[in-house]
Amino acid sequence: MKRNYGSLYAAPQSIWLTLFFAAPLLIIIAYSFMKRDIYGGVVPQFSLDAYEAIANPTLLTVAWRTLWVSAIATLLTILIALPCGYSIARSGNQALRLFLIIVPFWTNFLVRIYAWIAILGNEGFINDALRALGLTTQSLRFLYNQGSVILVLVYMYLPYAILPLFSTIDKFDFTLLEAARDLGATRMQALRKVLLPNIKGGLVTAVLFTFIPIFGAYAVPLLVGGKDSYMLGNIIADQVTKTRNWPLASSLSMGVTVMTGIAAILFALRGRRPAQRAPEETGLGPIAAASGMPSGGQA
Amino acid sequence: MKGSDVAVSGISKSFGAFKALKGVSLEIKKGEFFSLLGPSGCGKTTLLRVIAGFEDPDTGVVGIDGRDVSGLPPDKRRCNTVFQSYALFPHLTVFENVAFPLRLRRVPNKLVREMVMKHLSLVQLEAHAEKKPSMLSGGQKQRVAIARALINEPAVLLLDEPLSALDAKLRQRMLVELDAIHDKVGITFIYVTHDQQEALSVSDRIAVMDQGDVLQVGSPQQIYENPASDFVARFIGETNIFTGVVSSREGPIATVDAEGIGELLVEANGEAPVGARVSVAVRPEKVRIGALSPGDHPELNILQGVVEEPIYSGFQTKYIIHLPGGGVFIVFRQHANWSEGVPDIRWKDEVYLSFSARDSVVVESDARKPC
Repeated sequence: MKRNYGSLYAAPQSIWLTLFFAAPLLIIIAYSFMKRDIYGGVVPQFSLDAYEAIANPTLLTVAWRTLWVSAIATLLTILIALPCGYSIARSGNQALRLFLIIVPFWTNFLVRIYAWIAILGNEGFINDALRALGLTTQSLRFLYNQGSVILVLVYMYLPYAILPLFSTIDKFDFTLLEAARDLGATRMQALRKVLLPNIKGGLVTAVLFTFIPIFGAYAVPLLVGGKDSYMLGNIIADQVTKTRNWPLASSLSMGVTVMTGIAAILFALRGRRPAQRAPEETGLGPIAAASGMPSGGQA
Repeated sequence: MKGSDVAVSGISKSFGAFKALKGVSLEIKKGEFFSLLGPSGCGKTTLLRVIAGFEDPDTGVVGIDGRDVSGLPPDKRRCNTVFQSYALFPHLTVFENVAFPLRLRRVPNKLVREMVMKHLSLVQLEAHAEKKPSMLSGGQKQRVAIARALINEPAVLLLDEPLSALDAKLRQRMLVELDAIHDKVGITFIYVTHDQQEALSVSDRIAVMDQGDVLQVGSPQQIYENPASDFVARFIGETNIFTGVVSSREGPIATVDAEGIGELLVEANGEAPVGARVSVAVRPEKVRIGALSPGDHPELNILQGVVEEPIYSGFQTKYIIHLPGGGVFIVFRQHANWSEGVPDIRWKDEVYLSFSARDSVVVESDARKPC
């Protein structure tokens, strides 16, 4: 007798997702609708207090800043990752270059942030060097502002953007660029009109892989940021560890999840639209109709 | 003629230690269908890429209509290329692929539509304008590539083995179509191929290349009937090649003592003095085969041998004949007269081979072996 083992094969993944994704998410959703207990923890009683608390001007400022910092950091990451991925894909020794991209992952995340403090700090390498060269007498303040947060975020998430971009560019047929050049495109036009549309998948992945974690960033703004660079991740952490307002932490987490979710969906949809609009742009519709031409686009 | 003439002179190009082109010079006339023919790795594609502007030659210049274009990038040359892999843009429809060069130049929409439809009708693809390239067959993709390459109204169309990815039957049809398109647009075609049949059937002139050199330039007839070297003779069609020493000479007719065969009368134009070592090429279809001796005739070579292998292929039979001296002869017999009671020639039959001295040619011998 033939039996369907599909659900059995899927079991490891289903159990994994239930335990480590669905269950925590449900707990957070539940907490966000509960009342805060006076000693931390939650009172199992329905309430919208936690959501009302979000509509607080300070929180909204931080939310807006988080969005802005994430957008800038993602943009910069992609702008650096694109030429990197391209040059790795076209180079002769891809393995070595990919290896070099991955090497930093061998070091702990926090250690790498401290390394940046050692580079940028008041007693850091750069300031030491500047003083030794006699260019400055006092330390320049590189750390504890939005600039340093963005710099370190870009550094941290660059590999996550380079890897998907590399793997799509690697599959790209570079003859297409020659064809574009041959047909009259300049180098930049060929890249913009032929390379970019054909690596859209990798671009979307790279943007999501960088934007989503950056939006929830916590350690980087905590360690290299100042008052002006507090992000939502820090507020949530404060609510959990210091203020012990778990419902508010949960409702804020929900806010972050919903915002990144919406951003991801919008971005993924935006990537698809031009293809659907193409037939109108060519204005071929009337011609096709007039000449009785079968048109797949109208079906 | 609407096309341009193309002159390349002294082009050489190396990739590391590999010399792809060794000082190639060619003159291609306006409106000509010119083929670069040679085995893979002979440099023909590199030469095409140099003309297109994808490769900078180490030495030499490329001239189009007498103007040196050597330093110009591909987008500034009035040549367009049909790529071996088609190189259609997968994210664009057939229409937008063909329209691509016009969109770059911001041609108004109405004119774009007009020009694209005109070029799609040239390659009979009007009905497929809205499809993505992935939905087309190989032959259709090839046609889109041709329409796209022609829409800029180039002076020279460069074709890099455009038919090599198609099956044999389709290749024949596309070849006829290409020829018709060439007649219609009237521009210069430079066609790269390793297939001698393709080159012979459509070209006005052919340059046979090997190992970065041009060995011979001429019309298909010249290349086939009067190959300059034994490499060319072997590469273009099947041929019998013998080496031997010239033993006597009477005007254009020389007697060659050929190894494994004996004395042969051959036509030699100028070259080949007595005592010289020469290669002689005889095309298999020029040799008559029969059970009886054709009888003596001046300038006629008559040889006797044994049929070792008759290979029947419908329109003709190919015979491999072993001669008593150890030589081997290939002979084609067309079946035009098959029904007229010509006696069948079988395996191990004793046969007479005959061919006129005029049908043999002395070729320059080189060490090259065709691939």
